[in-house]
Amino acid sequence: MQEISVRHLLGIKDLTPADIQLIFETADNFKEVLNRPIKKVPSLRDITIANVFFENSTRTRLSFELAEKRLSADVINFSASGSSVKKGETLLDTVNNILAMKVDMLVMRHASAGAPHFLSRHIQANIVNAGDGTHEHPTQALLDAFSIREKLGEVAGKKIAIIGDILHSRVALSNIFALNKLGAEVMVCGPATLLPRHIAELGVKVELDVRKALAWCDVANVLRIQLERQQMKYFPSLREYTLYYGIDKKLLDSLDKEIVIMHPGPINRGVELSSDAADSQHSIILNQVENGVAVRMAVLYLLASKVA
Amino acid sequence: MQKRLIVQDKLLDIMIQRLAHQLIENHIDFSNSVILGLQPRGIYVAERLQQKLKDILGFSVRTGQLDITFHRDDFRRRNSPIMANATRIDFHIEGQRVILVDDVLYTGRSVRAALDAMIAYGRPASVELLVLIDRRYTRHLPIEAKYVGKYVNSLPTERVLVEWESEQTPENNIWLITKKEEN
Repeated sequence: MQEISVRHLLGIKDLTPADIQLIFETADNFKEVLNRPIKKVPSLRDITIANVFFENSTRTRLSFELAEKRLSADVINFSASGSSVKKGETLLDTVNNILAMKVDMLVMRHASAGAPHFLSRHIQANIVNAGDGTHEHPTQALLDAFSIREKLGEVAGKKIAIIGDILHSRVALSNIFALNKLGAEVMVCGPATLLPRHIAELGVKVELDVRKALAWCDVANVLRIQLERQQMKYFPSLREYTLYYGIDKKLLDSLDKEIVIMHPGPINRGVELSSDAADSQHSIILNQVENGVAVRMAVLYLLASKVA
Repeated sequence: MQKRLIVQDKLLDIMIQRLAHQLIENHIDFSNSVILGLQPRGIYVAERLQQKLKDILGFSVRTGQLDITFHRDDFRRRNSPIMANATRIDFHIEGQRVILVDDVLYTGRSVRAALDAMIAYGRPASVELLVLIDRRYTRHLPIEAKYVGKYVNSLPTERVLVEWESEQTPENNIWLITKKEEN
Protein backbone atom coordinates (compact mmCIF):
# COMPACT_ATOMS: atom_id res chain seq x y z
CA MET A 1 0.00 0.00 0.00
CA GLN A 2 1.00 3.62 -0.15
CA GLU A 3 2.82 5.15 2.75
CA ILE A 4 2.51 8.60 4.19
CA SER A 5 5.37 10.72 2.85
CA VAL A 6 6.35 12.40 6.13
CA ARG A 7 7.88 11.27 9.43
CA HIS A 8 6.21 14.01 11.46
CA LEU A 9 2.91 15.78 11.02
CA LEU A 10 4.14 19.34 11.52
CA GLY A 11 1.72 21.03 9.16
CA ILE A 12 -0.60 20.45 6.23
CA LYS A 13 1.88 22.40 4.11
CA ASP A 14 4.23 19.37 4.03
CA LEU A 15 1.55 16.84 3.00
CA THR A 16 0.74 15.76 -0.53
CA PRO A 17 -2.88 15.40 -1.70
CA ALA A 18 -2.24 11.62 -1.78
CA ASP A 19 -1.21 11.73 1.90
CA ILE A 20 -4.47 13.46 2.79
CA GLN A 21 -6.50 10.90 0.82
CA LEU A 22 -4.63 8.08 2.55
CA ILE A 23 -5.40 9.62 5.95
CA PHE A 24 -9.09 9.90 4.99
CA GLU A 25 -9.34 6.31 3.78
CA THR A 26 -7.64 5.07 6.93
CA ALA A 27 -9.92 7.28 9.05
CA ASP A 28 -12.98 5.72 7.33
CA ASN A 29 -11.89 2.37 8.70
CA PHE A 30 -11.25 3.76 12.17
CA LYS A 31 -14.65 5.42 12.16
CA GLU A 32 -16.12 1.96 11.69
CA VAL A 33 -13.98 0.68 14.57
CA LEU A 34 -15.41 3.44 16.78
CA ASN A 35 -18.92 2.18 16.12
CA ARG A 36 -18.18 -1.35 17.28
CA PRO A 37 -19.25 -2.59 20.70
CA ILE A 38 -15.54 -2.86 21.59
CA LYS A 39 -13.98 0.30 20.21
CA LYS A 40 -10.37 -0.69 20.46
CA VAL A 41 -7.73 -2.24 18.23
CA PRO A 42 -4.30 -3.49 19.30
CA SER A 43 -2.22 -1.87 16.52
CA LEU A 44 -0.05 0.45 18.65
CA ARG A 45 0.35 -1.70 21.73
CA ASP A 46 4.16 -1.44 21.60
CA ILE A 47 4.15 2.36 21.20
CA THR A 48 4.35 5.01 23.92
CA ILE A 49 2.99 8.46 23.18
CA ALA A 50 3.48 11.64 25.20
CA ASN A 51 0.91 14.40 24.94
CA VAL A 52 2.88 17.53 25.66
CA PHE A 53 0.67 20.59 25.99
CA PHE A 54 2.30 23.92 26.68
CA GLU A 55 -1.00 25.66 25.98
CA ASN A 56 -4.56 25.04 27.17
CA SER A 57 -6.77 22.61 25.30
CA THR A 58 -9.88 20.55 25.94
CA ARG A 59 -11.09 19.01 22.71
CA THR A 60 -7.78 18.39 20.98
CA ARG A 61 -6.16 16.89 24.03
CA LEU A 62 -9.08 14.61 24.90
CA SER A 63 -9.45 13.63 21.27
CA PHE A 64 -5.77 12.71 20.93
CA GLU A 65 -5.78 10.85 24.21
CA LEU A 66 -8.84 8.85 23.23
CA ALA A 67 -7.40 8.12 19.78
CA GLU A 68 -4.20 6.86 21.38
CA LYS A 69 -6.09 4.67 23.83
CA ARG A 70 -8.34 3.25 21.10
CA LEU A 71 -5.16 2.18 19.31
CA SER A 72 -3.85 0.55 22.53
CA ALA A 73 -0.83 2.86 22.85
CA ASP A 74 0.60 3.71 26.25
CA VAL A 75 -0.09 7.37 27.01
CA ILE A 76 1.53 9.93 29.28
CA ASN A 77 0.24 13.47 29.65
CA PHE A 78 2.13 16.63 30.34
CA SER A 79 0.87 20.14 30.72
CA ALA A 80 3.01 23.21 31.22
CA SER A 81 1.02 24.50 34.16
CA GLY A 82 2.26 22.78 37.29
CA SER A 83 5.48 21.58 35.62
CA SER A 84 9.16 22.47 35.75
CA VAL A 85 8.69 24.76 32.76
CA LYS A 86 7.71 27.34 35.34
CA LYS A 87 11.09 26.80 36.99
CA GLY A 88 12.90 27.88 33.86
CA GLU A 89 13.57 24.64 32.00
CA THR A 90 14.05 25.03 28.24
CA LEU A 91 11.71 23.38 25.70
CA LEU A 92 14.41 21.04 24.44
CA ASP A 93 15.40 19.99 27.97
CA THR A 94 11.79 19.35 28.95
CA VAL A 95 11.17 17.22 25.88
CA ASN A 96 14.46 15.35 26.11
CA ASN A 97 13.62 14.44 29.69
CA ILE A 98 10.28 13.08 28.58
CA LEU A 99 11.88 11.15 25.74
CA ALA A 100 14.46 9.66 28.10
CA MET A 101 11.55 7.64 29.46
CA LYS A 102 11.47 5.79 26.12
CA VAL A 103 8.66 7.62 24.41
CA ASP A 104 8.17 6.91 20.68
CA MET A 105 5.83 9.69 19.60
CA LEU A 106 5.09 13.20 20.75
CA VAL A 107 1.82 15.07 20.37
CA MET A 108 2.61 18.67 21.02
CA ARG A 109 0.92 22.03 21.42
CA HIS A 110 2.93 25.18 21.95
CA ALA A 111 2.22 28.91 21.92
CA SER A 112 5.18 29.62 19.65
CA ALA A 113 4.87 29.07 15.91
CA GLY A 114 7.51 26.61 14.70
CA ALA A 115 8.15 24.97 18.10
CA PRO A 116 7.46 21.43 16.78
CA HIS A 117 9.55 22.13 13.67
CA PHE A 118 12.45 23.14 15.93
CA LEU A 119 12.09 19.97 17.99
CA SER A 120 11.89 17.76 14.90
CA ARG A 121 15.45 18.79 14.09
CA HIS A 122 16.75 17.77 17.50
CA ILE A 123 14.91 14.64 18.58
CA GLN A 124 14.23 11.12 17.29
CA ALA A 125 10.56 10.75 18.24
CA ASN A 126 7.84 11.29 15.65
CA ILE A 127 6.00 14.52 16.29
CA VAL A 128 2.36 15.42 15.70
CA ASN A 129 1.68 19.13 15.86
CA ALA A 130 -1.48 19.77 17.88
CA GLY A 131 -1.27 23.52 17.28
CA ASP A 132 1.72 25.85 17.25
CA GLY A 133 0.90 29.49 18.01
CA THR A 134 -0.95 31.15 15.17
CA HIS A 135 0.75 28.92 12.58
CA GLU A 136 -0.80 25.47 11.94
CA HIS A 137 -3.20 22.98 13.51
CA PRO A 138 -3.01 20.15 11.00
CA THR A 139 -5.28 17.55 12.60
CA GLN A 140 -8.07 20.12 12.95
CA ALA A 141 -7.85 20.91 9.23
CA LEU A 142 -7.86 17.19 8.41
CA LEU A 143 -10.94 16.53 10.50
CA ASP A 144 -12.66 19.61 9.05
CA ALA A 145 -12.01 18.44 5.49
CA PHE A 146 -12.98 14.88 6.46
CA SER A 147 -16.28 16.17 7.86
CA ILE A 148 -16.97 18.15 4.68
CA ARG A 149 -16.23 15.03 2.62
CA GLU A 150 -18.58 13.03 4.83
CA LYS A 151 -21.38 15.61 4.62
CA LEU A 152 -21.10 16.62 0.95
CA GLY A 153 -19.56 13.53 -0.62
CA GLU A 154 -16.35 15.21 -1.65
CA VAL A 155 -14.24 18.28 -1.01
CA ALA A 156 -13.07 19.03 -4.55
CA GLY A 157 -15.06 21.79 -6.19
CA LYS A 158 -16.86 22.81 -3.00
CA LYS A 159 -16.88 26.41 -1.80
CA ILE A 160 -15.73 26.92 1.77
CA ALA A 161 -15.79 30.27 3.57
CA ILE A 162 -13.64 30.68 6.68
CA ILE A 163 -15.19 33.44 8.72
CA GLY A 164 -13.84 35.38 11.69
CA ASP A 165 -10.46 35.99 13.26
CA ILE A 166 -8.21 34.76 10.44
CA LEU A 167 -5.20 36.72 11.73
CA HIS A 168 -4.82 34.78 14.96
CA SER A 169 -6.11 31.45 13.71
CA ARG A 170 -3.90 28.42 13.11
CA VAL A 171 -7.06 26.55 12.12
CA ALA A 172 -7.58 28.98 9.24
CA LEU A 173 -4.09 28.55 7.81
CA SER A 174 -4.14 24.74 8.02
CA ASN A 175 -7.64 24.71 6.54
CA ILE A 176 -6.55 26.86 3.62
CA PHE A 177 -3.63 24.53 2.86
CA ALA A 178 -5.75 21.38 3.18
CA LEU A 179 -8.73 22.63 1.18
CA ASN A 180 -6.49 23.99 -1.60
CA LYS A 181 -4.68 20.67 -1.86
CA LEU A 182 -8.02 18.86 -2.09
CA GLY A 183 -9.28 21.13 -4.87
CA ALA A 184 -11.85 23.21 -2.99
CA GLU A 185 -12.40 26.93 -3.43
CA VAL A 186 -11.63 28.89 -0.29
CA MET A 187 -12.74 32.33 0.85
CA VAL A 188 -11.73 34.15 4.01
CA CYS A 189 -14.08 36.67 5.53
CA GLY A 190 -13.75 39.00 8.51
CA PRO A 191 -13.08 42.58 9.52
CA ALA A 192 -10.13 43.98 7.56
CA THR A 193 -8.12 44.28 10.76
CA LEU A 194 -8.42 40.53 11.38
CA LEU A 195 -7.36 39.45 7.89
CA PRO A 196 -3.60 38.98 7.43
CA ARG A 197 -2.01 41.14 4.78
CA HIS A 198 -1.24 39.30 1.51
CA ILE A 199 -3.57 36.42 2.50
CA ALA A 200 -4.89 36.41 -1.10
CA GLU A 201 -1.49 35.13 -2.23
CA LEU A 202 -2.37 31.76 -0.71
CA GLY A 203 -4.98 31.43 -3.45
CA VAL A 204 -8.04 32.43 -1.44
CA LYS A 205 -10.80 34.91 -2.10
CA VAL A 206 -11.14 37.75 0.38
CA GLU A 207 -14.53 39.14 1.42
CA LEU A 208 -15.42 41.74 4.03
CA ASP A 209 -19.21 41.28 3.95
CA VAL A 210 -20.36 38.18 5.78
CA ARG A 211 -23.71 38.08 3.92
CA LYS A 212 -21.92 37.89 0.57
CA ALA A 213 -19.59 35.20 1.92
CA LEU A 214 -22.54 33.11 3.13
CA ALA A 215 -24.38 33.56 -0.17
CA TRP A 216 -21.29 32.32 -2.03
CA CYS A 217 -20.30 29.31 0.02
CA ASP A 218 -21.46 25.70 0.49
CA VAL A 219 -19.79 25.47 3.88
CA ALA A 220 -19.08 28.20 6.44
CA ASN A 221 -16.30 27.41 8.90
CA VAL A 222 -16.84 29.95 11.66
CA LEU A 223 -13.88 30.81 13.89
CA ARG A 224 -13.70 32.15 17.40
CA ILE A 225 -12.49 35.64 18.20
CA GLN A 226 -9.24 34.84 19.98
CA LEU A 227 -9.26 37.62 22.56
CA GLU A 228 -6.44 35.95 24.49
CA ARG A 229 -4.08 36.37 21.54
CA GLN A 230 -5.06 39.92 20.71
CA GLN A 231 -2.53 42.42 22.02
CA MET A 232 -4.52 45.42 20.82
CA LYS A 233 -8.04 46.39 19.81
CA TYR A 234 -8.93 45.10 16.35
CA PHE A 235 -12.57 46.17 16.50
CA PRO A 236 -14.50 48.57 18.73
CA SER A 237 -16.47 46.02 20.77
CA LEU A 238 -17.66 42.41 20.76
CA ARG A 239 -21.21 43.70 20.38
CA GLU A 240 -20.25 45.51 17.22
CA TYR A 241 -18.43 42.42 15.91
CA THR A 242 -21.56 40.35 16.52
CA LEU A 243 -23.68 42.95 14.79
CA TYR A 244 -21.58 42.81 11.62
CA TYR A 245 -20.13 39.29 11.63
CA GLY A 246 -22.26 37.22 13.99
CA ILE A 247 -24.18 34.41 12.27
CA ASP A 248 -27.67 33.52 13.48
CA LYS A 249 -30.59 31.41 12.28
CA LYS A 250 -32.34 34.43 10.76
CA LEU A 251 -29.34 35.18 8.59
CA LEU A 252 -29.07 31.52 7.51
CA ASP A 253 -32.80 31.36 6.73
CA SER A 254 -32.53 34.48 4.57
CA LEU A 255 -30.19 32.63 2.17
CA ASP A 256 -31.78 30.92 -0.84
CA LYS A 257 -29.88 27.68 -0.12
CA GLU A 258 -28.81 25.46 2.75
CA ILE A 259 -25.23 25.81 3.85
CA VAL A 260 -23.26 23.71 6.31
CA ILE A 261 -22.02 25.39 9.49
CA MET A 262 -18.76 24.28 11.07
CA HIS A 263 -16.84 25.55 14.07
CA PRO A 264 -13.58 24.18 15.49
CA GLY A 265 -14.65 25.05 19.05
CA PRO A 266 -14.74 26.42 21.62
CA ILE A 267 -17.77 28.46 20.55
CA ASN A 268 -18.39 31.84 22.05
CA ARG A 269 -22.16 31.56 21.85
CA GLY A 270 -23.79 34.82 20.94
CA VAL A 271 -20.58 36.30 19.54
CA GLU A 272 -19.53 34.65 16.26
CA LEU A 273 -22.39 32.15 16.26
CA SER A 274 -25.79 32.37 17.90
CA SER A 275 -27.17 29.38 19.79
CA ASP A 276 -30.00 28.83 17.31
CA ALA A 277 -27.47 28.60 14.46
CA ALA A 278 -24.96 26.43 16.36
CA ASP A 279 -27.67 23.95 17.34
CA SER A 280 -29.56 23.98 14.01
CA GLN A 281 -29.64 21.16 11.50
CA HIS A 282 -27.16 23.14 9.40
CA SER A 283 -24.49 22.56 11.99
CA ILE A 284 -22.05 19.62 11.89
CA ILE A 285 -20.04 20.88 14.85
CA LEU A 286 -20.48 17.72 16.92
CA ASN A 287 -19.78 15.51 13.90
CA GLN A 288 -16.46 17.33 13.63
CA VAL A 289 -15.63 16.33 17.19
CA GLU A 290 -16.65 12.72 16.52
CA ASN A 291 -14.57 12.57 13.35
CA GLY A 292 -11.63 14.11 15.20
CA VAL A 293 -10.95 10.86 17.03
CA ALA A 294 -11.03 8.74 13.85
CA VAL A 295 -8.81 11.18 11.92
CA ARG A 296 -6.28 11.38 14.76
CA MET A 297 -6.23 7.57 14.98
CA ALA A 298 -5.43 7.48 11.26
CA VAL A 299 -2.61 10.02 11.62
CA LEU A 300 -1.07 8.21 14.60
CA TYR A 301 -1.44 4.81 12.92
CA LEU A 302 0.22 5.95 9.69
CA LEU A 303 3.06 7.74 11.50
CA ALA A 304 3.60 4.84 13.91
CA SER A 305 4.69 2.68 11.00
CA LYS A 306 7.64 5.12 10.72
CA VAL A 307 8.71 4.75 14.34
CA ALA A 308 12.29 3.46 14.36
CA MET B 1 8.34 -17.78 -12.06
CA GLN B 2 6.66 -21.15 -12.47
CA LYS B 3 2.92 -21.61 -12.32
CA ARG B 4 1.26 -24.95 -11.72
CA LEU B 5 -2.49 -25.44 -11.86
CA ILE B 6 -3.65 -27.27 -8.73
CA VAL B 7 -7.43 -26.79 -8.91
CA GLN B 8 -9.15 -26.24 -12.20
CA ASP B 9 -12.40 -24.30 -12.75
CA LYS B 10 -14.75 -27.30 -12.82
CA LEU B 11 -13.13 -28.94 -9.82
CA LEU B 12 -13.29 -25.68 -7.85
CA ASP B 13 -17.04 -25.55 -8.41
CA ILE B 14 -17.44 -29.13 -7.18
CA MET B 15 -15.24 -28.28 -4.21
CA ILE B 16 -17.42 -25.34 -3.19
CA GLN B 17 -20.50 -27.53 -3.64
CA ARG B 18 -19.01 -30.14 -1.32
CA LEU B 19 -18.06 -27.51 1.28
CA ALA B 20 -21.60 -26.11 1.11
CA HIS B 21 -23.06 -29.57 1.76
CA GLN B 22 -20.65 -30.13 4.65
CA LEU B 23 -21.82 -26.85 6.17
CA ILE B 24 -25.47 -27.83 5.77
CA GLU B 25 -24.75 -31.16 7.46
CA ASN B 26 -23.57 -29.29 10.57
CA HIS B 27 -25.71 -26.17 10.50
CA ILE B 28 -28.93 -27.55 8.94
CA ASP B 29 -31.10 -24.43 8.57
CA PHE B 30 -28.44 -21.85 9.56
CA SER B 31 -30.96 -20.23 11.92
CA ASN B 32 -28.18 -19.52 14.38
CA SER B 33 -25.22 -19.50 12.00
CA VAL B 34 -23.42 -16.74 10.12
CA ILE B 35 -20.56 -16.64 7.61
CA LEU B 36 -17.68 -14.17 7.91
CA GLY B 37 -15.31 -13.81 4.96
CA LEU B 38 -11.86 -12.47 5.80
CA GLN B 39 -10.69 -9.41 3.91
CA PRO B 40 -9.22 -9.11 1.37
CA ARG B 41 -9.46 -12.50 -0.41
CA GLY B 42 -11.68 -14.61 1.79
CA ILE B 43 -14.70 -12.47 0.94
CA TYR B 44 -14.84 -13.92 -2.58
CA VAL B 45 -14.94 -17.46 -1.21
CA ALA B 46 -17.67 -16.40 1.25
CA GLU B 47 -19.65 -14.81 -1.59
CA ARG B 48 -19.54 -17.98 -3.70
CA LEU B 49 -20.35 -20.15 -0.72
CA GLN B 50 -23.35 -17.98 0.09
CA GLN B 51 -24.54 -18.25 -3.52
CA LYS B 52 -24.10 -22.02 -3.55
CA LEU B 53 -25.98 -22.38 -0.25
CA LYS B 54 -28.76 -20.23 -1.66
CA ASP B 55 -29.02 -22.49 -4.73
CA ILE B 56 -29.38 -25.52 -2.48
CA LEU B 57 -31.41 -24.14 0.43
CA GLY B 58 -33.42 -21.44 -1.32
CA PHE B 59 -32.50 -18.66 1.11
CA SER B 60 -29.48 -16.47 1.82
CA VAL B 61 -27.29 -17.27 4.80
CA ARG B 62 -26.23 -14.11 6.65
CA THR B 63 -22.76 -13.26 5.37
CA GLY B 64 -20.38 -10.50 6.44
CA GLN B 65 -16.87 -9.26 5.73
CA LEU B 66 -14.26 -8.98 8.44
CA ASP B 67 -11.11 -6.87 8.13
CA ILE B 68 -8.17 -7.88 10.30
CA THR B 69 -5.60 -5.19 9.39
CA PHE B 70 -5.55 -3.45 12.76
CA HIS B 71 -5.27 -6.76 14.59
CA ARG B 72 -2.31 -8.15 12.65
CA ASP B 73 0.82 -9.05 14.61
CA ASP B 74 3.23 -7.79 11.93
CA PHE B 75 2.38 -4.07 12.00
CA ARG B 76 5.67 -2.09 12.07
CA ARG B 77 7.54 -5.28 11.24
CA ARG B 78 6.83 -4.92 7.55
CA ASN B 79 8.40 -2.40 5.25
CA SER B 80 5.13 -0.69 4.49
CA PRO B 81 1.83 -0.84 6.33
CA ILE B 82 -1.09 -2.75 4.88
CA MET B 83 -4.10 -0.78 3.73
CA ALA B 84 -7.19 -1.55 5.73
CA ASN B 85 -10.38 -2.84 4.07
CA ALA B 86 -13.99 -2.43 5.01
CA THR B 87 -15.65 -4.51 7.69
CA ARG B 88 -19.31 -5.14 6.90
CA ILE B 89 -21.22 -7.07 9.52
CA ASP B 90 -24.88 -6.06 9.61
CA PHE B 91 -25.98 -8.66 12.15
CA HIS B 92 -25.13 -9.52 15.76
CA ILE B 93 -22.59 -12.27 16.25
CA GLU B 94 -23.32 -12.54 19.97
CA GLY B 95 -24.41 -16.13 20.60
CA GLN B 96 -24.14 -17.07 16.92
CA ARG B 97 -22.24 -19.96 15.38
CA VAL B 98 -19.66 -18.20 13.23
CA ILE B 99 -18.05 -19.77 10.17
CA LEU B 100 -14.83 -17.91 9.30
CA VAL B 101 -13.95 -18.23 5.62
CA ASP B 102 -10.61 -17.62 3.92
CA ASP B 103 -9.00 -18.74 0.68
CA VAL B 104 -5.65 -20.09 1.87
CA LEU B 105 -4.58 -21.26 5.33
CA TYR B 106 -0.81 -20.85 5.66
CA THR B 107 0.86 -19.71 8.91
CA GLY B 108 -2.45 -19.30 10.75
CA ARG B 109 -1.57 -15.74 11.81
CA SER B 110 -4.40 -14.15 9.83
CA VAL B 111 -6.88 -16.47 11.49
CA ARG B 112 -5.44 -15.57 14.91
CA ALA B 113 -5.95 -11.88 14.04
CA ALA B 114 -9.45 -12.63 12.75
CA LEU B 115 -10.44 -14.29 16.03
CA ASP B 116 -9.26 -11.16 17.82
CA ALA B 117 -11.05 -8.81 15.44
CA MET B 118 -14.27 -10.81 15.62
CA ILE B 119 -14.43 -10.75 19.42
CA ALA B 120 -14.75 -6.94 19.20
CA TYR B 121 -18.27 -7.53 17.83
CA GLY B 122 -19.47 -9.87 20.54
CA ARG B 123 -19.10 -13.36 21.93
CA PRO B 124 -20.03 -16.03 19.41
CA ALA B 125 -21.39 -19.40 20.55
CA SER B 126 -18.75 -21.17 18.49
CA VAL B 127 -16.29 -20.48 15.70
CA GLU B 128 -15.35 -22.76 12.82
CA LEU B 129 -12.86 -22.24 10.03
CA LEU B 130 -13.38 -23.02 6.35
CA VAL B 131 -10.61 -22.66 3.77
CA LEU B 132 -10.25 -23.60 0.12
CA ILE B 133 -6.59 -24.53 0.40
CA ASP B 134 -4.79 -25.79 3.49
CA ARG B 135 -1.02 -25.58 3.06
CA ARG B 136 0.16 -28.50 5.15
CA TYR B 137 3.08 -28.36 7.63
CA THR B 138 3.45 -24.58 7.42
CA ARG B 139 1.61 -23.45 10.54
CA HIS B 140 3.18 -21.04 13.05
CA LEU B 141 0.22 -21.34 15.42
CA PRO B 142 -2.01 -24.15 16.65
CA ILE B 143 -4.87 -23.38 14.25
CA GLU B 144 -6.66 -25.90 12.03
CA ALA B 145 -9.58 -25.63 9.64
CA LYS B 146 -12.73 -27.70 10.12
CA TYR B 147 -13.69 -27.62 6.43
CA VAL B 148 -10.96 -27.87 3.79
CA GLY B 149 -11.25 -27.78 0.00
CA LYS B 150 -7.87 -29.30 -0.68
CA TYR B 151 -4.66 -30.02 1.20
CA VAL B 152 -1.51 -28.90 -0.56
CA ASN B 153 2.11 -29.74 0.20
CA SER B 154 4.19 -26.69 -0.62
CA LEU B 155 7.53 -25.05 0.01
CA PRO B 156 7.97 -21.68 1.76
CA THR B 157 9.25 -20.31 -1.55
CA GLU B 158 5.93 -21.14 -3.15
CA ARG B 159 2.68 -19.21 -3.06
CA VAL B 160 -0.91 -20.31 -3.60
CA LEU B 161 -2.99 -18.00 -5.78
CA VAL B 162 -6.76 -18.30 -5.99
CA GLU B 163 -7.90 -16.59 -9.15
CA TRP B 164 -11.55 -15.67 -9.61
CA GLU B 165 -13.28 -15.17 -12.90
CA SER B 166 -13.04 -11.52 -13.94
CA GLU B 167 -12.29 -9.35 -16.95
CA GLN B 168 -8.64 -10.37 -16.85
CA THR B 169 -9.13 -14.05 -16.09
CA PRO B 170 -11.66 -16.20 -17.92
CA GLU B 171 -11.93 -18.97 -15.30
CA ASN B 172 -11.76 -19.72 -11.58
CA ASN B 173 -8.46 -21.48 -10.97
CA ILE B 174 -6.05 -22.16 -8.14
CA TRP B 175 -2.37 -22.00 -8.91
CA LEU B 176 0.81 -22.95 -7.08
CA ILE B 177 3.43 -20.36 -7.95
CA THR B 178 7.14 -20.77 -7.40
CA LYS B 179 8.70 -17.44 -6.57
CA LYS B 180 12.01 -16.77 -8.24
CA GLU B 181 14.93 -17.27 -5.91
CA GLU B 182 16.41 -13.88 -5.16
CA ASN B 183 20.19 -13.83 -5.18
